[in-house]
Amino acid sequence: MAQTLAEPRTLAEKVWDRHVVHRAAGEPDLLYVDLHLVHEVTSPQAFEALRLAGRPVRRPDLTVATMDHNVPTTVGPVTDRTSARQMEALTTNAKEFDITLYPWGSALQGIVHVIGPEMGYTQPGLTIVCGDSHTSTHGAFGALAFGIGTSEVEHVLATQTIPQAPARTMAITVEGDLPAGCGAKDVILGIINRIGTGGGVGHVIEYRGSAIRALSMEGRMTICNMSIEAGARAGMVAPDDTTFAYLEGKPHAPSGADWERALDDWRSLPTDADATFDAEVTIDATALRPHVSWGTNPAQSVTIDDTIPEPDSFEDEAKRDAARRALAYMALEPGTRIRDIRPDTVFIGSCTNSRIEDLRLAAGVVEGHSVAKGLRALVVPGSVAVKLQAEREGLDRIFVDAGFDWRGAGCSMCLGMNPDILQPGERSASTSNRNFEGRQGKGGRTHLVSPAVAAATAIAGHFTTPEDLREVDV
Amino acid sequence: MEPVTRIEGTAVPLDRSDVDTDQIVPAQFLKRIERTGFGPFLFHEWRKDPSFVLNDERYAGASILIAGANFGGGSSREHAPWALEDFGFRAVIAPSFADIFRNNCCKIGLLPVELPQESVRALMDAVLDEPATRIVVDLETLSVAAPSVEESFAFDDFRRWCLLEGFDDIDLTMRHADEIAAFEAARPSWLPTA
Ligand code: SF4
Repeated sequence: MAQTLAEPRTLAEKVWDRHVVHRAAGEPDLLYVDLHLVHEVTSPQAFEALRLAGRPVRRPDLTVATMDHNVPTTVGPVTDRTSARQMEALTTNAKEFDITLYPWGSALQGIVHVIGPEMGYTQPGLTIVCGDSHTSTHGAFGALAFGIGTSEVEHVLATQTIPQAPARTMAITVEGDLPAGCGAKDVILGIINRIGTGGGVGHVIEYRGSAIRALSMEGRMTICNMSIEAGARAGMVAPDDTTFAYLEGKPHAPSGADWERALDDWRSLPTDADATFDAEVTIDATALRPHVSWGTNPAQSVTIDDTIPEPDSFEDEAKRDAARRALAYMALEPGTRIRDIRPDTVFIGSCTNSRIEDLRLAAGVVEGHSVAKGLRALVVPGSVAVKLQAEREGLDRIFVDAGFDWRGAGCSMCLGMNPDILQPGERSASTSNRNFEGRQGKGGRTHLVSPAVAAATAIAGHFTTPEDLREVDV
Repeated sequence: MEPVTRIEGTAVPLDRSDVDTDQIVPAQFLKRIERTGFGPFLFHEWRKDPSFVLNDERYAGASILIAGANFGGGSSREHAPWALEDFGFRAVIAPSFADIFRNNCCKIGLLPVELPQESVRALMDAVLDEPATRIVVDLETLSVAAPSVEESFAFDDFRRWCLLEGFDDIDLTMRHADEIAAFEAARPSWLPTA
């Protein structure tokens, strides 16, 4: 084979390099944006600023909008006036600026990070931005995808580009077979526990290794989704046959001769064999266990077999202080067994874990059981498409028969912006991505878990795994 | 944007690490469709505690916030810098910031100043000790000065220039309009469109 003179590069570097519109010493690179996803919360001020400056949207054809954060997940009108106003603003803006919108009520509506992939908008090698930090989700396809603020939304709308200071690269290699009962959520909670909430700052993470390769696209999305919880700019997984199989035939994926051309291109994206990363972390998949967060940031987690840690056991004062504060907020005592903690609410949903695979897994655990007495349990599909698919498969019946609420698509109880919230002092087992104070409603206490643990916990009434449930059965 | 050069004033010591944007401005207040008016919701939940530092009269009128490591993590909401700015802050000093938060601050002229942990500690202690301590943050000389502390800080050259000049980012980018058009003309036809 001919020797190439090109430097070996990582996946992130390849995608970055091919989007540089302008590069000059002492300036950030100006990157072209292939896909701009928009939702109702972080866009109104951006559109308003365009309007005031008399600027058009440069590429409405590369801009896709939906409503997710505010939407109610029950049937009926939007009763919250301010939510309604924000949703109306997006409708008006989409019309005025000629942008494709999947509004509340549309059969294609859903959480922005769920509908992008499922419609085939999200593809390998793209640059994708959205005014939402969990845009990192789309990196599961080998796209460079990151969250931006509202001023940046305005900038992308006006120019279809974004200035980006250089990022460092980090390889997180997860090797080995995941033990039974462990899934993608446990991998990422384990990673964040290891590297910390600031561990990825300034970096684009590439998740590699046999455990990542073995994951479905849904699992890879779960992992990339929470890259931001480690502070990373983005998370990525190299595209492979799993990626291509997922994309083939999706409405916005290339087809015919274009599909072949795209495949050739995508196969050139994975990190070159001798490329180097600025930082490397290795995780032994075989040693992972289901994780449960106990604190108020996603790094504060232990395994299901553990107890609530003693704040004094942390090495530095800031961590000890944070642990004390977190335990006070969470109303937890050091030494308490995780399995003895009893949530009031179980939430299965969010852009981390609301895809069809998550719902199938949870339904499999729940089938034939009933939700523990006094516990509120809800399943919120990530998109209308996921909801309809689940209903075709009869999953909704399984959930409803077990005593779960079966809801419409949206962000729901992931954040306290819509009617689905925790009351002060309530405790949840949640498949979402953030356990910050008040995230699911003011005073609410969030424990982050996988769909498997969430489902089993709903049945048992205390934190537990599907395996535990089965042992009780026999 | 108004140029930003020098900020002088008193400071609020927020002695916590990992302060996330959900604390800075909780989700229930993100429904406004304007950029202004977020100040009243700043640290909404924490402010219910009478002993929370923002409720301490001695720190009223401060223009600088001093905080622990990894400030501004979590959500990309620009509402967080908007709330800080609307409340009266012009700069945040911390050992480290979350990336998106830092970007968002620069966009609105709220200075994210990253100092070594020990210097942040020294400033925090000085302000805890004497709330009237005046601090100067100078973007021109890249320095922070208080009676007991002198420290320089690093700041991205390009961003610094934009802030000092008060440039409009979109205008800056559109200087490259020809390059953008050329890039667009060369994009493969199979890329997705709405
Ligand atoms: S589901 Fe939660 S994390 Fe995801 S986009 Fe919605 S609010 Fe953000």
